[in-house]
Amino acid sequence: MRPARRGFKHQTAVSTGEINRIIIVGAGQAGGETAQRLRQAGFAGDITLIGEEPCAPYQRPPLSKAYLAGKLEMDRLLLRPPSVYAEEHISFLPSMKAVWIDRATKKVRVEGGRELPYDALVLATGARPRKLPLVGADLDGVRLFRTAADVDAIRPRFVSGAKLVVIGAGYIGLEVAAVARQSGLETTVIETAVRPLARVTSPEVAGFFLDEHTRQGVRFVLGGQPAIIKGQDRVTGVGLADGGELPADIVIAGIGVTPETTLAQHSGLAIDNGIVTDAECRTSDPHIFAIGDCASRPMAHFDGRVCRLESVHNAVEGAKIVAALITGQKPHAVEAPWFWSDQYDLKLQIAGLFQGYDHVVFRGVMADRSFAAFYYKGDKLIAVDAVNRPGEYLGAKMLIQTGRSLPHDVITDETRPMKELVASAR
Amino acid sequence: MPKITYIEHTGKEHVIEAPNGQTVMEAAVKHAVPGIDADCGGACACATCHVYVDPEWLAKTGEAGSMEQSMLDFANDVEDNSRLSCQIKVSEALDGLIVRLPKSQH
Repeated sequence: MRPARRGFKHQTAVSTGEINRIIIVGAGQAGGETAQRLRQAGFAGDITLIGEEPCAPYQRPPLSKAYLAGKLEMDRLLLRPPSVYAEEHISFLPSMKAVWIDRATKKVRVEGGRELPYDALVLATGARPRKLPLVGADLDGVRLFRTAADVDAIRPRFVSGAKLVVIGAGYIGLEVAAVARQSGLETTVIETAVRPLARVTSPEVAGFFLDEHTRQGVRFVLGGQPAIIKGQDRVTGVGLADGGELPADIVIAGIGVTPETTLAQHSGLAIDNGIVTDAECRTSDPHIFAIGDCASRPMAHFDGRVCRLESVHNAVEGAKIVAALITGQKPHAVEAPWFWSDQYDLKLQIAGLFQGYDHVVFRGVMADRSFAAFYYKGDKLIAVDAVNRPGEYLGAKMLIQTGRSLPHDVITDETRPMKELVASAR
Repeated sequence: MPKITYIEHTGKEHVIEAPNGQTVMEAAVKHAVPGIDADCGGACACATCHVYVDPEWLAKTGEAGSMEQSMLDFANDVEDNSRLSCQIKVSEALDGLIVRLPKSQH
């Protein structure tokens, strides 16, 4: 092990075994957090962080919220100021693509041919937004929604009176629609399913958000099938399979993502809806970890069910798990998965995984714009969607994390505070 | 720029210059002050940026809003001077602010 270099903020001596060189491929939140947490935990060896985007790691959630609305500048989006990477001796290589992993000699080759040796490799390659499989998808004014550059490109036209068509009514599509209405755009959302948020929440909660957006002036084409993007150089509209046409100055597609597994696949790592890992984020090669949107791992609170989660929680947790493991610190205590979405004045907070629920009960009423939907599988609480109900969200998250539950008629009893109910749970 | 002092549970102090308009959480995270996780980046969604405001500064930082208070209800070791640092905006009036960090955010 080489001696600790000067300049680290944390020089606690930590046994790093044989690991002196760590390469992180992917400089999104998962990759950026890994580098930071390794240093915080006292790792004194080499850290190389390779990212395809030109900028330092930043938070993606605000892209479809405050950043799109122009309320948050890029420097506040960054996880940390760009200067800290040099200060902490993290070799950050932006605008750089890793193209090959030689697992036998433990080297990563980057575009241009340079080869970088590693003792441990962390793949945090994220996900690619799905492209619209339509003629005209490459017209000016049609954008996918993943990077700050995507938003920067949209912004000049994202102005009051402009006609916006959003394709896909998932959380990103609906968040964009909310910002659009608040910015005065004429907004239409096309969704191929018969309701919004079909993959991510119950019909009841989806109905609440549909009503809210409709009230705010968003038009919905549900069960709609976009067939063609029309325009010469610039987009002018979206043609539907039923012959209808929606005029558009901007088209934003939010139709899901595909895990970025190309590099892992070429080097023969096990892939199954993302790079397959164990609970410690180790891939089928013990020297390679995979974290964040690109990886699938067993979920502790859900009988080890293997999931690929696209969330901040999952990105940060992967970084914590790997940093603790490599530096020999106390293993990270895994949390119940959590998510959030901001639309208008509604803060939706989600904990757990609702898939497979057989019963949903409500605390509070939707008309008050403040309620929580608790999802059960049998007697077991498995998830919560809380709208403007942070206590219900955190309380349910705690219950799920500790494997406790509350009967339906108890959790919905508004005469008793959530904190008291959680304390009484078995 | 206003200076803010963060005191870790161990007693270790970090004095940070925090730009006006940012939050007390952001300034800490950007300078890697240990003890403030702030996983959600300030969306008031995770309750992992809990701090204790020095009692002398309470009047200037103001009180927690209702959403913040509901989140704090479920944080560990909550005291009367507990706040979520993502909800405290830095201004000249807070130049010299002292906050203490809890033992753990979880």
